[in-house]
Amino acid sequence: MKKKKCIAMLLAGGQGSRLGTLTRHIAKPAVPFGGKYRIIDFTLSNCVNSGIDTVGVLTQYKPLELNDYIGNGQPWGLDRNRGGVHILQPYARTSSKSWYEGTANAVFQNLTFIERYDPRYVLVLSGDHIYRMDYGKLVAFHEEKEADCTIAVIDVSKEEASRFGIVEADDAGRIVGFEEKPKHPKSTKASMGVYVFNCEALKRYLTEDDKQDASSHDFGKNIIPAMLAGGCRLVAKEFLGYWKDVGTTESLWEANMDLLNPTCELYQADENLRIYARNEERPPTFVAEGAILENAIVTKGCEIYGQVTDSVISGGCVIEPGAAVLHSVLLPGVYVEENAKVQNAIVGKNAKIESGSLVGEDNDDGKKTPITVVAEKRKKVSKTV
Amino acid sequence: MNMMGIIFSNIYDERLGDITRRRTMASLPFGGRYRLIDFVLSNMVNAGITNVGVITKQNYQSLMDHLGSGKEWDLDRKVDGLFILPPFGDGQKSVYRGKVEALWGTRRFLERSNEEYVLLADANIICNIDYQKMLSEHVESGAQISIITKRESIMGQKDARDVIVRSDLSGKVKEVLMHYGIPGVASCGIGMYITKREFLLKLLYEANSYNLVDFEREILQAKCGELDIHSIEFDGRILRIGCVEEYFCANLALLEPEVRKEIFFRHGAVYTKILDEVPTRYLKGCSLKNSLVADGCTIMGEVENSVLFRGVYVGTGAKVKNCIIMQDTKIEDDVSLEYTICDKDVCVTKGRLLAGAAGHPIIINKGKTI
Repeated sequence: MKKKKCIAMLLAGGQGSRLGTLTRHIAKPAVPFGGKYRIIDFTLSNCVNSGIDTVGVLTQYKPLELNDYIGNGQPWGLDRNRGGVHILQPYARTSSKSWYEGTANAVFQNLTFIERYDPRYVLVLSGDHIYRMDYGKLVAFHEEKEADCTIAVIDVSKEEASRFGIVEADDAGRIVGFEEKPKHPKSTKASMGVYVFNCEALKRYLTEDDKQDASSHDFGKNIIPAMLAGGCRLVAKEFLGYWKDVGTTESLWEANMDLLNPTCELYQADENLRIYARNEERPPTFVAEGAILENAIVTKGCEIYGQVTDSVISGGCVIEPGAAVLHSVLLPGVYVEENAKVQNAIVGKNAKIESGSLVGEDNDDGKKTPITVVAEKRKKVSKTV
Repeated sequence: MNMMGIIFSNIYDERLGDITRRRTMASLPFGGRYRLIDFVLSNMVNAGITNVGVITKQNYQSLMDHLGSGKEWDLDRKVDGLFILPPFGDGQKSVYRGKVEALWGTRRFLERSNEEYVLLADANIICNIDYQKMLSEHVESGAQISIITKRESIMGQKDARDVIVRSDLSGKVKEVLMHYGIPGVASCGIGMYITKREFLLKLLYEANSYNLVDFEREILQAKCGELDIHSIEFDGRILRIGCVEEYFCANLALLEPEVRKEIFFRHGAVYTKILDEVPTRYLKGCSLKNSLVADGCTIMGEVENSVLFRGVYVGTGAKVKNCIIMQDTKIEDDVSLEYTICDKDVCVTKGRLLAGAAGHPIIINKGKTI
């Protein structure tokens, strides 16, 4: 097998339990986002746009739809003869059977895959974040700093800091401390879950970590602290663009709403940096006389007769006359019947909102409105807060 | 599927003037995100045809770019698949003059294929047709050649059709009329023929010995009495693209829900080249009425009775009415367009006013800045 300079290991096994009904049948990276994408499309497209053509996708939780979606990688140009995309699922061995237990363990169980390509660097990514990044620059930075590990970090607010892995770095960017979800964060530089490792160092620390029974086999909790303790050279590279962890219903909704801002960089047209996705064949969208579209993102295959305000509409949705969709996200194939109103909601795939019904809560009182989630293919409305 | 397909990509190029000057009829953009060939090709694929030859003549770069390896139509195959058949010169003749010569140039492809039947189709008729049903009707009739027809009302000589057939009750064709139009209802050919591959080859060898050129005139019409030709009636909707006005009207016909349902969904989806555009953004202050909009557009102005292709930009205060705006065209602020066809990559600069008239749309050529 031809040696690769850098390959990516994309962690896509997360259950995404905080997304409730949206991940009842599918893994979090396969959740639809932004009209025509799945969450994982952003990371996969970043890889391709960064010149990385070998990606191992580690799946575990409800993988059928995700595996199907990725397929041979053709939509991302990852159907390569040398390299390309590989679905890596836990497998039985002669002596033991084991699921992936933690992010580090998942990569550890696939060291043979990494060794086949014998790369100098391994990029470890997470399949549930929305951002556009040139990993090539990150790898170049890693090389220049002669680091063992480079962590991409983003500045978050003080209040949010305790939700993330917090990186403490000196003025030169060298990491001096790392704490996973600290109660009293020492900085506001949060790890984005994007790591570049020297392959040799990664292999060494993963193998050592595997021997520790007490370890939870997690990159943030175990590997990074162990590397720091072991005297490795870890550096932080600050990312200045848009990045969002869409782990909860609220953050998924917010990230969709962020797209509506015309200056949002995610949807800026760039011939060479497209976001790729598996295509669903649909004709263009029809907008009827009497339709109202105010600050909306609408994908192909829709029929709009009613009102869409501040919302993201996925492919194949129908909004009948008199119906209104406000501050909401419709996943593919949603049918909103006459005079129904959907507000502050995420409506699951193929759901039908019956004529005259009201989905979601008003935000008239100025308080933060809870986001209503309508489950896919079911008429009943279930509410999560 | 025991039938292969042959598509004539350059058929009637000359009739559409500027919009087909630098491309084939088959690669003419249509319906917001398609090229004409997508319809006939998707119909073939949806019927289970996996061996398709596309006959080209000239200016087929855009067509090759569009078709690529055929993967969007699932025709990137080890066995069979999509074959682009450029003109085959033998030293004396230059490019072919008619369908017979075109087919003669591709006889090796026909000989090499294994299917029993062959479907010959033009690219300029848009419909969603079940070729499997057409084939069973052909087999059942026992005819040597079947002409697929559509009952249409003809206004007169100005509304003439290329092929009109008169057949008896059993469907056997008694007379083939060319470029003919007397007022009334007639069975008009829609440029699709089914025959046995071996029989077509026999016809071609014979035609070559007589130096025949025109399939419709010199075979179908001339040998109407001699051959057993049947017509098969297609009961669905067709959109005919024979001139600029028809092209314009056919695009706008898609604004009717019934037409969309029929053309885009009846017997299966219509596949096209994927461009990975982001969804379309409708900004505050935009106004849309009765329009078809593809992905990747940014709309700030007013759009009415129009078809917008992928990646079109309509600026603030711009008014686009009864227009066809092709891929990546930019309509700047305060522009007013009526009855205009903007080809790809056109830029209409701020404040311009352009208006054609019903029946006489203005055409702005590819890449032009106005």
